[in-house]
Amino acid sequence: MWIELLGWLGQPDYWVAVLRIATPLIFGTLGVLLCERAGVLNLGIEGIMVIGAFTGWLAVHAGAGLWTGVLIAALCGAAFGALHALLTVLLGLSQHVSGLGVTLLGISLSSYAYRLSFPQVSTPPTIVPFAPMDGLGIPVLAQQTPLTLLALLAVPLLAYLLQRTPLGLALRMVGESPASAEGQGLSVLGLRCGAVIAGSALMGVAGSFLTLSAFNAFYFNMVNGRGWICVALVVFAGWRPGKALLGALLFAFCDTLQLRLQQGGHAAVPYQVYLMLPYLLSILALVVMARRAQYPQALMQPYRRGER
Amino acid sequence: MRLEAREQTSAGWALAAPLLAVALTLLACAGLLVWAGAPVGRAYALLFDGAFGSRLALTETLTRATPLILTGLAVAVAFRARLYNIGAEGQLYLGALAAVAVGGLHGGSGWDLPPAVLYPLMLLAGMAAGAALLLGPAWLKLRFGVDEVVTTLLLNFIALLLVSMLLDGVMKDPLAMGWPQSVAIRDELVFAQLLERSRVHSGLLWALGAALALWALERYTRFGLAMRAVGANARAARFAGLPVKRVMLATAALSGALAGLAGVGEVAGRAGYVTLDMSPGYGYSGIVIAMLAQLHPLGVVLAALFVAGTLVGADSMSRALGVPSYLADVIVAVSLLAMLVTGLAARYRLRWS
Repeated sequence: MWIELLGWLGQPDYWVAVLRIATPLIFGTLGVLLCERAGVLNLGIEGIMVIGAFTGWLAVHAGAGLWTGVLIAALCGAAFGALHALLTVLLGLSQHVSGLGVTLLGISLSSYAYRLSFPQVSTPPTIVPFAPMDGLGIPVLAQQTPLTLLALLAVPLLAYLLQRTPLGLALRMVGESPASAEGQGLSVLGLRCGAVIAGSALMGVAGSFLTLSAFNAFYFNMVNGRGWICVALVVFAGWRPGKALLGALLFAFCDTLQLRLQQGGHAAVPYQVYLMLPYLLSILALVVMARRAQYPQALMQPYRRGER
Repeated sequence: MRLEAREQTSAGWALAAPLLAVALTLLACAGLLVWAGAPVGRAYALLFDGAFGSRLALTETLTRATPLILTGLAVAVAFRARLYNIGAEGQLYLGALAAVAVGGLHGGSGWDLPPAVLYPLMLLAGMAAGAALLLGPAWLKLRFGVDEVVTTLLLNFIALLLVSMLLDGVMKDPLAMGWPQSVAIRDELVFAQLLERSRVHSGLLWALGAALALWALERYTRFGLAMRAVGANARAARFAGLPVKRVMLATAALSGALAGLAGVGEVAGRAGYVTLDMSPGYGYSGIVIAMLAQLHPLGVVLAALFVAGTLVGADSMSRALGVPSYLADVIVAVSLLAMLVTGLAARYRLRWS
């Protein structure tokens, strides 16, 4: 078994799969991270990913280019983010419940629109997804689509934004101590809304990767809890973009291993046990990190001027 | 213009808020009907008719409301103590598995207990299974500070995979021609039919009884007071000498047990066995129901009837007009968001300044 495992790790195929599985998690985790750094929990991610997957695919199916599809997924994600921002930031409602509401809305609206657009199809209509970047010349990366490259570039970009720019400082301040941010003349509500909308756009792109790159069609249930896993990964990463990348890769590594073991056909273990592993792993990651976790101090606290 | 907190929550607004939320929801979803090219007025009339307009419609709605009342109560009681149980879906499935384990699995194993013993055992096993699944996250929250929202959400997926595994394995019905379904529970354990020529079963009585019992518990007992105190302000409750952790764990057990009971009811009252698509998201709808009811146990019954009616009515409306029946899920989701907004009116007032 161990020899088998080492054999797998020697194959480039294995690492190609790791990066492919990690890509939507990287986008999603960065999205959650951005929202939470500004103090807003966004449980809408699961539904926003479904919306991104559906709208991106629908646009391409209707004749738009692939990048236009990604853009539309991002915009639709941002629109749902705006709804979440309106409810949680401007009206100060429960971030838990609002997020779940956005998720339920995203999933149900996608299903409704899909059925309305395609009343009678037995097999889901397909599109031509992103092609691998063959010309790149870097072994494992060349088998990925441009969206993976974008995800990898987004990590240092967000890290730079948060740690090295005035805007990043303002965002972090709003998530740690909104009252002092207000004292500095910053608009707490504006910054928080912006962070939620931008983070949700990233979640929309995460969803579009599934339909425009990993697969070539839209299925119900295709997101399948990936959004919740991203929420767990952000805690694991301690709200750091770099560690979020590491967490997503580590998670994808285990998920790939699980898939290989499943195909390896050790019949003594039911395949469902392997499928459970990603979820169990996420819970384990939460337990290990929760004690040390440095939550943004104002996470989940609505801000109203003049109230303490 | 700004929001100002009311000194006391307004009772009038508290009653009007859910009604206003439903009205706003139907108004918003009219856009979806127009998009589908359906006449809005007729569609809603058909939906209402399909939910409450005939004996068949009404009994179907009651049947559908049975698990929804229980998951709604499960969420309401947990949220009351600020325990965010999003895992009612998984707890329901675990309750269903436990019911089959007690009520059906031992055929020929020499484990021959009389039905009078097996029946309560089946109910208790289902409730214990549901409770166990929530006690885990509740304990992790209290011991390690792990957010229970994410853990209960993730456990839903694990529970469903467990169901799939058992339906392939020890619980597989060999006569089901390869369909993933479990063995059936014994005939003597099937819930009694409550109304002639309908699928309404005695599980509805369990659900209504649970709502009443929970209402009395919250209103008249020390434990109910402790639960509300912990939910209102856990720090203050601790300073007042309440065993906050124990109250949280007891609330978790109660909440999980209610969701588990919903699973037992779906097995013993409807199908007789477990399938993978047994619950079309009853656990998640429970969240909507609890919020529409503003966590009030008796309000849960009304809210569950609204959601059940929407699901049943949308099916028949969809058949008549060709509108996708997913409209029901959109209505349920939008009503949750609308309820959040109208609920503000009970706690705040607008001041022009």
